[in-house]
Amino acid sequence: MKTATEIDIQTEGEMPRLHYLNVEIGVKSWLLTTDHKRIGILYLWTILVFFLIASVAAAMMRIELLTPQGDFVTNETYNKLFTIHGVLMVWFFLIPSIPTVLGNFVIPPMIGGVDTGWTFYTPYSTTYANSHVITMAGGVFVAGFSSIITGMNFMTTIHKMRAPGLTWFRLPLFIWSMYATSVILVLATPVLAITLAVMCVERIWGVGVFDPKLGGDPILFQHMFWFYSHPAVYIMILPGMGVISELITCFSRKRIFGYGFVAAASMAIAVLGFLVWGHHMFVSGQSVYAGMVFSILSFLVAIPSAIKVFNWTATLHKGSIYFTTPMLYALGFIGLFTIGGMTGLFLATLAVDVHVHDSYFVIAHFHYIMVGGMVMAFMGGLHYWWPKITGRLYPEFAGKLAAMITFLGFNLTFFPQFILGYLGMPRRYHAYPPEFQLFNVLSTAGASILGVGYLLPLIYFLWSLKFGRVAGPNPWRATGLEWQTPSPPPKHNFEKTPTVTERPYGYSPEEDVDLHLASI
Amino acid sequence: MDKFRLFPPEASTSAQQIDWIYFALVALTFLICIIVFVPIISFAIKYRRGSKADRSNPRVESVLIESGWTIVPLLIFIGLFGWGAVVYFHVENPPRDALQVIVVGKQWMWRLQHAEGKQEINELHVPVARAVELTMTSQDVIHSFFVPAFRLHQDVVPGKYTREWFRATRTGEYHIFCSQYCGTQHSAMIGRVVVMEPVDYARWLNTGQPMESIALAGERLFRERGCSGCHSVNSKFHAPLLEGTYRKPVPLETGEMVTVDERYVRDSILLPGKEIAKGYQNIMPSFAGTLSEEEIMQLIAYIKSIGNQTPSNESAPNEQR
Ligand code: HEC
Ligand SMILES: [Cu+2]
Ligand SMILES: [Cu+2]
Repeated sequence: MKTATEIDIQTEGEMPRLHYLNVEIGVKSWLLTTDHKRIGILYLWTILVFFLIASVAAAMMRIELLTPQGDFVTNETYNKLFTIHGVLMVWFFLIPSIPTVLGNFVIPPMIGGVDTGWTFYTPYSTTYANSHVITMAGGVFVAGFSSIITGMNFMTTIHKMRAPGLTWFRLPLFIWSMYATSVILVLATPVLAITLAVMCVERIWGVGVFDPKLGGDPILFQHMFWFYSHPAVYIMILPGMGVISELITCFSRKRIFGYGFVAAASMAIAVLGFLVWGHHMFVSGQSVYAGMVFSILSFLVAIPSAIKVFNWTATLHKGSIYFTTPMLYALGFIGLFTIGGMTGLFLATLAVDVHVHDSYFVIAHFHYIMVGGMVMAFMGGLHYWWPKITGRLYPEFAGKLAAMITFLGFNLTFFPQFILGYLGMPRRYHAYPPEFQLFNVLSTAGASILGVGYLLPLIYFLWSLKFGRVAGPNPWRATGLEWQTPSPPPKHNFEKTPTVTERPYGYSPEEDVDLHLASI
Repeated sequence: MDKFRLFPPEASTSAQQIDWIYFALVALTFLICIIVFVPIISFAIKYRRGSKADRSNPRVESVLIESGWTIVPLLIFIGLFGWGAVVYFHVENPPRDALQVIVVGKQWMWRLQHAEGKQEINELHVPVARAVELTMTSQDVIHSFFVPAFRLHQDVVPGKYTREWFRATRTGEYHIFCSQYCGTQHSAMIGRVVVMEPVDYARWLNTGQPMESIALAGERLFRERGCSGCHSVNSKFHAPLLEGTYRKPVPLETGEMVTVDERYVRDSILLPGKEIAKGYQNIMPSFAGTLSEEEIMQLIAYIKSIGNQTPSNESAPNEQR
């Protein structure tokens, strides 16, 4: 993307003198910040803490499952562990990860804006890790509000703050996917809030809505829960898809294949995603005909995802492919997401779902999408924008190593769970029959490798803050607007608002560029 | 049961049907992986940075290609949907001649009772090659009755009846799991299905004390709990006669028609004020809390058993038959 302004001055090999990180200092300047970039950083730390707690819970579960008997923790503890793991990972890591960290940080500079549209919110802090339903609901409720506001904030920003010349079809695909995500955040989250509120009212005052003892209908709760939770799955994956589109095109040095289709696919997912919640309830006692409608719609929602995968693959054709760390994560994403998506079809097929429902097959499927997809995308995006965020490069070799370890560890952890699921191992089992042990042991072995894959980046990212090579404004020679300002950017992103005159991704595969790759 | 396997034993007619779809899906997954991964790997090699490959005139758009990879998956998906739906329809609709078993889930066990009256806990004995229908409900939270070897899975919901059925094809013992999270001891809510030769099953059924069939138990309750005091020809209360009503439509005070089925009878017993039969007063007391789930199911079985009788021809149910 050529712009009217030159890249803001940053001397080669040196950090800019004043940038958003050092323009103000002190705890207070951070906690009361209205700079979207600082907010992004605060979110990064927050979700990192939650991710670590949730991972420890997962590790303890995997240790428990090494043996068929429940001998490492009590069943009570085990139940707490998977609740903590699930709630923290979904609401306090996956949902906020890309939107709040990368979204907050890069959306404004990507569209040439100076800030996000709304500026009054700071990160939520909340009660967690307590099995009391109301406390938990309260936490999720607060997180939900944060979601709604984040969504509205992004929509306003994208509508109102685009640089001159940046028309809708010149927007980077990450922005399109964040827009689609915001639509879901704003429309679906209130349903969750209502459900939780009704649940609390029922618990506290004994008004029967969901509880059959009080004359309520537990199936209604399931409908409301999934009406939110299924779109939430797309809240988790759409931003990841957006990141992947950015990475694939940048490191193939080629314009993305089928820009319009990829963008439209995001919107199609956002819309269709609202119509498939019933596929979680094929064996819950809903009518056979409802099951059929939800089944066919669930097949349909797979189409836009498939379109994206095919377009990313086609983008590689005649590109000039750089195997950087972000690119390895992106390629890994395509592989895992394809398997995750295909196994989703098993669950959409009514008769097969009758068997695999609530089994480890389901666990494996959504971890392929959520961890194999979303976490890979988050890691890819974090490596890609890390030089922008911190001004420094992470060590490339360690990065590639971590990406590969993660990929291997992930497959070893979750592939055996497909087999376990078809064999009939139910979810949330603290003890299990001995014939399931082999695959559980494999899975635990994989999880320990996966753990290494996650710890490594933590170490070298921290290391790079001080010792990483200075990145310069555009180490990837990328075309996005966010690369046209120093790294780290100044407080207001751009000294002069850039003007856009072209479609995005003006890469040329025939030209050989030197990326600033520090192979330490 | 503990040798190495990739699939659970295939021990019911629907297990075979479901496995065929499963294998087809596995094959499709392999195919798609090949279609996606082979190009990725070959492009990655051919177009790696600095390779001599021809990169002139790269394509970035093609409506034809896009429609191709939209329409072909769409057609495959519609086919898969149809196949899955047909088999689902089959596994959701029990045949008429099925043996009847009632199942009550509670934290954390399964209580089962055969139509003949035999009761079991966490075990289900059935004859091979006969259809068996389970009518299930829960006494507390939602559970799910899962028999992997039969590819059989249905939530068991409080306040509601759900059903599932199977026709076992192989004798042996198979797991029963509760697959819906139901509290601390969810993973201990397990049991086994024992599939037997019909003669062995008949022998098993007749061991132990003589039994009272479910319908007879229902008839006894109908008397003991005072239902017959109102619902009989010579009652002093004005209450509908229940003979010949099961599966038939009855008018309500509101003018609607409802079919007398398990749900309606259950609601009549527990929430009598919810639907008032046309021409009657709401004088029936609620039996919520005084009847167990089994007893309600037995009463329903009794009302079902008199579903073909006419009230006039025979005595009131409070007389011995
Ligand atoms: C005090 C008298 C009385 C007793 C005792 C009583 N019922 Fe009823 N029952 C009625 C009346 C009156 C109606 C019709 C009004 C209504 O629908 O509530 C009725 C309706 C019904 C219906 C719906 C019938 C239809 O055709 O719509 C069923 C089923 C039923 N009762 C079953 C039972 C059972 C089972 C018991 C015992 C556990 C029982 N009743 C005890 C008075 C009684
Ligand atoms: Cu249970
Ligand atoms: Cu359970």
